Amino acid sequence: MKGVIRDVIPQLELFQPNSADDALAVLAEHGSDAWVYAGGLDTLDWFKDRVKRPRVVVDLGRVESMREIRSTAGGIEIGAMARLIDVVNHPDVQARFPALAFAAKSAASPQIRNQGTIGGNVGQDTRCWYYRDGWTCYRAGGNICYASPPTAMNREHCILGASRCVAVNPSDTAPVFVALDAQMVVRRGRSERVIPAEEFFVGPEIDIERMTALEPGDLLMSIRVPSAWSGSRVYFEKVSDRTTWDFALVNVATALQESGGVIQDARVVVNGVAPTPVRLTAVEDAIRGQARNEQTAIRAGDISIQGVSPLTHNGFKVNLMKNLVRRSIRDEPMNEV
Amino acid sequence: MNQEIIEVTEETTQQGVSRRSFIKGAIAASAAVSSTNYLFRANGGTVLAQAPAAGAVERLITVTVNGRSRRIEVPPMETLATTLRYKLGLTGTKIGCDRAECGACTVLVDGTPHYGCSLLTHSVRGREVTTIEGLEAEDGTLHPMQQAVMEEQGFQCAFCMSGFIMNSVALLNENQNPTRKQAAEWLSGNLCRCADYDKILTSVQRAAEITRGA
Ligand SMILES: Cc1cc2nc3c(=O)[nH]c(=O)nc-3n(C[C@H](O)[C@H](O)[C@H](O)COP(=O)(O)OP(=O)(O)OC[C@H]3O[C@@H](n4cnc5c(N)ncnc54)[C@H](O)[C@@H]3O)c2cc1C
Ligand code: SF4
Ligand code: FES
Ligand code: FES
Repeated sequence: MKGVIRDVIPQLELFQPNSADDALAVLAEHGSDAWVYAGGLDTLDWFKDRVKRPRVVVDLGRVESMREIRSTAGGIEIGAMARLIDVVNHPDVQARFPALAFAAKSAASPQIRNQGTIGGNVGQDTRCWYYRDGWTCYRAGGNICYASPPTAMNREHCILGASRCVAVNPSDTAPVFVALDAQMVVRRGRSERVIPAEEFFVGPEIDIERMTALEPGDLLMSIRVPSAWSGSRVYFEKVSDRTTWDFALVNVATALQESGGVIQDARVVVNGVAPTPVRLTAVEDAIRGQARNEQTAIRAGDISIQGVSPLTHNGFKVNLMKNLVRRSIRDEPMNEV
Repeated sequence: MNQEIIEVTEETTQQGVSRRSFIKGAIAASAAVSSTNYLFRANGGTVLAQAPAAGAVERLITVTVNGRSRRIEVPPMETLATTLRYKLGLTGTKIGCDRAECGACTVLVDGTPHYGCSLLTHSVRGREVTTIEGLEAEDGTLHPMQQAVMEEQGFQCAFCMSGFIMNSVALLNENQNPTRKQAAEWLSGNLCRCADYDKILTSVQRAAEITRGA
């Protein structure tokens, strides 16, 4: 009966509103006591382990309007409640942003993709096991990081961009959204703001207790992917221990605009290496105006690892990142769904 | 909480009063009682007396499981796997990891495979849930996938079996002629600790044959 006891999640109040307006009203009323619940796949672990204990849960599962994926004049708008499988299968996503469909397909497992949402995928918390097991580290409001000492288990943690906390952003779709210069549409009460994906993910130097710019009361409504990079060469690749379930050790999303074999513009983004997806602007600057060939790719890889500082057990990520950046420029995108 | 006990009794009568179903009923009833105690403790004994706030969910809900509409009392944060096993006595659905990492709890919701351990029962209100108990026909004829597992001896300990079978049923509904590779990919969200993957895939191939009438 052990499983039964553990599965009884502590009492809290559940709301299942039918509209975004109703959801926002409940969120406004309860502020930081409220938790937004999408597919629940990140959420339920926190609740089962009693590590996060909000008083109120607002389940968006019945807000039909937030599930829509539609083509707009400027690109594609993906409702935050679209499931990963909806993103994988959507004909317009496949046709215009095949790397996004491929990245969504690379996440988690089939059953999780049948339920996990795109909003939850970009909104999910880090997988640092110290933190997820309820240790009171920096990210949990304490004043120590258990993952950074030399004796710690930190194979999956940061090799760059750390500030006290060395946990990484685990999302497979996040780097693609940053590479495609997507815009996150956020509502709070009646006001709406649009945040570039690049600024949506926040590191510990900005707020050590959050992974995104979302604050209590905020609802991510949709993600707008502009046409600008549609039809460009967009490469995504993820390396993980197992192809199902496991999070990226490193993943890369590179968008290139080419003309006559010369790189006109580039956005190169890696994830799994820092607390946020990281745009490698030094690499972008170095390859802009260069021929897309082996030499340029090697140089890009070398530049990508300048300034990294791996921990005891994750030095392998340095070579991994170098090789993935190299391949993302040299090889043909796989983009299979 | 009487409701659950009544429900289980109904199930028991339907199945015929065997010792096994009587025990199942008793377990379900005691689980329901203990979870009530838990809730009372957690909220100082006032849970059931509170007036529902606007927009809050009702605890007494109707879910459709294996074609039967079931009226049950469900706390807001109860998972579907828990409801199925400990309230409805449908213990064919297993709980392995309880965190979306093994697939033992896989059930179909409107035909789509989900991890029952990681889905709220309140999220399946108004939707069709199918469990392993709902596969056989009324006259007891096994589903082709069940038949195939018997013929091919697909599993060893079979703890993972219900999850694999449910997920395979969803696959066969979509594709009556899957390749081994397609089946392996479709089933990649299920683990088998006995590592019977080869025999499981052979069972899926056999089930596809039976389905196609080959
Ligand atoms: C075993 C396992 C393996 C996984 N492997 C991978 C992987 O390899 N790659 C990968 O990318 N992901 C992986 N995931 C994550 C998974 O893909 C889901 O994306 C993730 O669990 C969250 O999606 P959800 O809809 O279930 O979100 P939820 O758990 O409901 O939400 C996650 C977070 O986002 C917030 N949130 C969600 N939607 C909104 C919104 N609209 N507005 C404001 N806040 C919101 C919630 O408050 C919560 O904090 C894995 C998950 C599990 C359980
Ligand atoms: S890496 Fe971050 S989340 Fe993990 S223990 Fe250190 S402070 Fe906490
Ligand atoms: S018990 Fe649900 S996935 Fe393991
Ligand atoms: S047969 Fe034993 S776990 Fe699969």
